[in-house]
Amino acid sequence: MLILDLFKMALRSLIANKLRTFLTTLGIIIGVASVISMIAIGEGAKQQTLSTISKFGTNIISIKPGREKKRHVSGDRVVTLTLEDARAIESGVPLITGVAAQVYKAAQLKYSSKNTNTTVRGTGQDYGRLANFTIDRGRYFNMSEIRTSRQVAVLGATVVKNLFEETNENPVGKTIKVDGKNYLIIGSMEAKGALSWYDPDDQIFIPVTTAQKRLFGMDHVQSIDVQAANIEDLETIKEDIDRLLRLRHNIREDKESDFHVQNSSQWLNSWGDAAKTFTYLLGGVAAISLMVGGIGIMNIMLVSVTERTREIGIRKAIGAKKREILEQFLIESVLMSFLGGGIGILLGLVIAKTVSKMGGWETVVSVESILLAFGFSVGIGIFFGYYPANKAANMNPIDALRYE
Amino acid sequence: MIDVQNLCKTYQLGNVNVSALKNATFSFERGEFVAIMGPSGSGKSTLMNLLGCLDLPSSGTYRLDGNDIQGMTPDRLAEIRNRKIGFVFQNFNLLPRASALENIELPLLYGRVPDSSKKAMSALDRVGLSERARHNPSELSGGERQRVAIARAIVNEPAIILADEPTGNLDSRTGKEIMNIFTQLNRDGVMVLLVTHEEEIAQYARHILLMKDGEIVKNAMIAEIAT
Repeated sequence: MLILDLFKMALRSLIANKLRTFLTTLGIIIGVASVISMIAIGEGAKQQTLSTISKFGTNIISIKPGREKKRHVSGDRVVTLTLEDARAIESGVPLITGVAAQVYKAAQLKYSSKNTNTTVRGTGQDYGRLANFTIDRGRYFNMSEIRTSRQVAVLGATVVKNLFEETNENPVGKTIKVDGKNYLIIGSMEAKGALSWYDPDDQIFIPVTTAQKRLFGMDHVQSIDVQAANIEDLETIKEDIDRLLRLRHNIREDKESDFHVQNSSQWLNSWGDAAKTFTYLLGGVAAISLMVGGIGIMNIMLVSVTERTREIGIRKAIGAKKREILEQFLIESVLMSFLGGGIGILLGLVIAKTVSKMGGWETVVSVESILLAFGFSVGIGIFFGYYPANKAANMNPIDALRYE
Repeated sequence: MIDVQNLCKTYQLGNVNVSALKNATFSFERGEFVAIMGPSGSGKSTLMNLLGCLDLPSSGTYRLDGNDIQGMTPDRLAEIRNRKIGFVFQNFNLLPRASALENIELPLLYGRVPDSSKKAMSALDRVGLSERARHNPSELSGGERQRVAIARAIVNEPAIILADEPTGNLDSRTGKEIMNIFTQLNRDGVMVLLVTHEEEIAQYARHILLMKDGEIVKNAMIAEIAT
């Protein structure tokens, strides 16, 4: 018997029991759809995070006040880092190419009749370079403006859009009010592009000293970013910074630091770990649901073999060999899992699309996940279809013909 | 053609050995028309299964066309059934979801015979049902179903047709039509082995095997019995 004829016969018997076929494949459909959609969502989140991190720069070390183990303590209230710490790092730690201390707070901006709320970031002259910002018009502020706490500002692209788009003016040279105080705009930044939960262009930059003294009234800093010349030196630099700051803060050897040092590669690592856990979890869910789906197929195939005992007898009487009976039933179960896999992939794609539409969440459907899910479901069809098919193939033709 | 020597079949039921067939010995030449008769439990079915190569004997030899079937694998037996034997059953045993033509085509497909649908069509023509080719068995009358089953049995041009109570589920008029087809096939040179318990049906045969308790108690020409 040709494989095509076997295929036709299998298809016919599946069509004859449409509802049963559908219910049987449902297990595989759900399993495959969940694998596809969950991997798509996870992969989307991962890529989004990675692009955020790489936008920030991968060779940046970030120092935050507070103990590492108590991250929930608000950075605002922990006042252990100062501008002097930043200067000490700049002059005392080798292999670095820039240091930027930062303070930041929300503030209201006003230009003529327009208002907008944004983040005001007080920082040093290196920050624009460290955070991968490019000057669009005008310039960034310089050392002397920082030293003298001048009231100058560089605007992010979103702020420029909010305040100047309608009049289409060049913001450079204009004066805006920040919480009521006049600031001269000396430059604007090119857009970096917004992420769904964070828009790096929606902020303005002013000299850190100005922000501390004139705007926020604080003498500590909320964060110090350090740029390494080479990514390979990150660990050495981190150790140097740690040693230097512990010395400056008079921390005894047996005491914990009052600051913590981290870098984006650490972030990447912890993300990698999380992603791995996620993948294992998904794999487990997928394996279990596909397994359940496979048992469903086996169950129905056993019922089907019993129901069709007489048919098997007839086929054997007129000359079907063992192998041909085996193939016929195996094709049926593989067809079912194949069908389930196909529908499951489509359903998974629809779910992924819906999630990204409704949740504003990026999803990435990988070809690998499709192939994996599909291959797996077909494998399940063969594995769980073999036993019933073998049972059919080994039937005694006389008993099968006599079966009522 | 068919040569049976001391054929025995013993079944094991628990600890008891049941002899369903004891020392059957006979031989028939090509073109015979034999009715196998006897009450139920007499061993007719067992003999049919053995002659149809559906089962292997416990002892004795069965030569079909000179081939000893003893020791053949199930697949080899399937091949012999496919090529040399056509089955016709009391309850037709057609595949319900396949059309008449597809049912007839099936032995050709298993035998990998080319031009299967053309050959199936001409077999259907021989039983006078070509206009019903696309109908499913459920859309056919009992007599039509049995004619489809006969077409399926002869499509591979077998040397032997084994018919097990072929008229048992039919009214007497349709039964006669079916028996006429068998007679015609026999005239064309096919050996017909007919299992029946109806005297009237047995009259179509030329030869009778009468069985009782697993033994052949009579093996004679119909003409001899009549006298």
